[in-house]
Amino acid sequence: MIDENEIDPSIAEPVALSPEQELMLRRIEQFLYYEARLQDLHAYDAWESLWTDDAIYWIPANGENPDPETQMSYVYDNRSRIGVRIKQLKTGKRHTQTPRSQLARIISNIEFIAQNGDEFEVRANAFIYEDSLRGETTWAARNEYRLRLVDNKLKLVRKKVVLVNNNKPIYTLSFLV
Amino acid sequence: MLSRPDFHALIKENRVHSSLYYDERVFQEELENIWYKTWVYVGHVSEVPKKNDYVTKAIGPTPILMVHDRHGNISLLQNKCPHRGNQLCAYQKGNRTSFTCPYHAWTFANSGELVGLAFPDGYEGVDKSEFSLGKVPRIAIYRGLVFGSFAKEGPSLEEHLGDAKRALDQMLDNSPEGELELTAGFLQHRTKANWKFVLENETDGYHPGSVHGSIFQVASSPVPALYKPESLALTRDYGNGHTEFDLRPQWRHVGKPMYWFNTTAEKLPLYTEAMKKAYGEQRSQEIMIDGSPHIMIFPNLFIAEIQMFVIQPVSVNETIQHVTALQFKGAPDFNRRLRQQTMGSVGPAGFLLADDTEMYERNHRGALINNPEWIVLTRGEKRETRDEDGHRIGHSTDEVTQRGIWRHYLKLMTEQA
Ligand code: FES
Ligand SMILES: [Fe+2]
Repeated sequence: MIDENEIDPSIAEPVALSPEQELMLRRIEQFLYYEARLQDLHAYDAWESLWTDDAIYWIPANGENPDPETQMSYVYDNRSRIGVRIKQLKTGKRHTQTPRSQLARIISNIEFIAQNGDEFEVRANAFIYEDSLRGETTWAARNEYRLRLVDNKLKLVRKKVVLVNNNKPIYTLSFLV
Repeated sequence: MLSRPDFHALIKENRVHSSLYYDERVFQEELENIWYKTWVYVGHVSEVPKKNDYVTKAIGPTPILMVHDRHGNISLLQNKCPHRGNQLCAYQKGNRTSFTCPYHAWTFANSGELVGLAFPDGYEGVDKSEFSLGKVPRIAIYRGLVFGSFAKEGPSLEEHLGDAKRALDQMLDNSPEGELELTAGFLQHRTKANWKFVLENETDGYHPGSVHGSIFQVASSPVPALYKPESLALTRDYGNGHTEFDLRPQWRHVGKPMYWFNTTAEKLPLYTEAMKKAYGEQRSQEIMIDGSPHIMIFPNLFIAEIQMFVIQPVSVNETIQHVTALQFKGAPDFNRRLRQQTMGSVGPAGFLLADDTEMYERNHRGALINNPEWIVLTRGEKRETRDEDGHRIGHSTDEVTQRGIWRHYLKLMTEQA
């Protein structure tokens, strides 16, 4: 979109799910709705505890798939930086979130992409309504997740949030997306 | 026609009137007397490294194509077809020798000349040279930094920069090769606030303790100490609207290379080695102690030690901050950390800039409230002094810089009236 040389993305067809995977998809859906609720309600500690130690939380800028190791992203947090982000929010002096944004988000189009042992590749769309001092803002994103079963609980290993307008100027994005 | 605001009545030495931030007439005057007249930073040559590369940039609300053209020159073209005014190029970057307008297919060389017309039989005897793309009349490049001016005549870029040029040199000294390489792409942070709130905040040392208290509390860094009463850092007004925090007195007092970057020389062995090779033991130590500057080049180029911000007003109440990590040529290990730190601190989700930007929006809403009408810029007025070059200086938390910005602003807005 930003570059002239757009290429057709290769898009895999839906996978055929085994009966176990069908059940797992239900758990995954419940997990993503739960995550959404924690974010909407600013339940910072509970949200932070969803992440594994090797986590990556990534919100790229300027396209669908830039190299986060060389290109600027809005967020490219490892586990320790996720911790700093949460600590800052919890000081009560993160001005852009005092008062907190009022949020409701729809998570939809949840797709089971692949399974590798205990890990699941999942995609979903997110549509977020935000009301803050500045006014009302809507956000739309295509999300990609890697989830892992740890002690039979789903955890976030990797979350990539592709804002559809990530090549345009965007307003402050200081709530958990 | 709207009456012209009386700038002398709105700008005093130590206070300014709130309407300067929301009055549409003021904004129109600013376009005429600042953005479409003085030197404005556009981009960096490293953003168009190859022949025929282009990127979309802007001067104020006007989009500009910065092109490394077919002749090897940097051109600043207006993104408007001279036929019937269609937007010529719809992309943010690419590589092409010519631009074809999608409306009626006029084609222009990437240096601006009209080279082809569809169905030329209707244009008998036309002189193609009359239909070149609009160009920014003056372009000047200082060590890779590309500036444009819409005024055909006026002060040279060197005159405009004055002694503030030294701060740019200080920045470039951080590269073993003396050059920037802006390769990481820009974040674009939009804010519902007048651009001058952004400009004034860049060298406001009074706010970090409160606005950034949340991150200072949870992450350790040498930065908070710069903006405390006992800090040795200075505010400086270079004239021509350029202002800085001179952090060097503080860093020199500590005297440790790379302390300014919250690290040590040992942790950046490749960089330290490359710097020694380039500048020698002594000088490289000095550079690595002094660090990168904190300078606001009026009206839109802000170097915040490790980042470059480009301020773009789009209307009286909307501004875009374009920001990227400084990347120093020949310093890969350093550059990696510069990117990581930059991504943490700035942009819409940044630990620092999200809160600054929250303040811009609250500033703007405050301006719309009519009592009190005036904004107070008296801090440090009584203790303001001059450095050896005659530039006004003060404590790092003093409003020397805001007063300097407005002094220059008043001059620009009243010069011709
Ligand atoms: S407007 Fe561009 S060719 Fe007609
Ligand atoms: Fe700040």
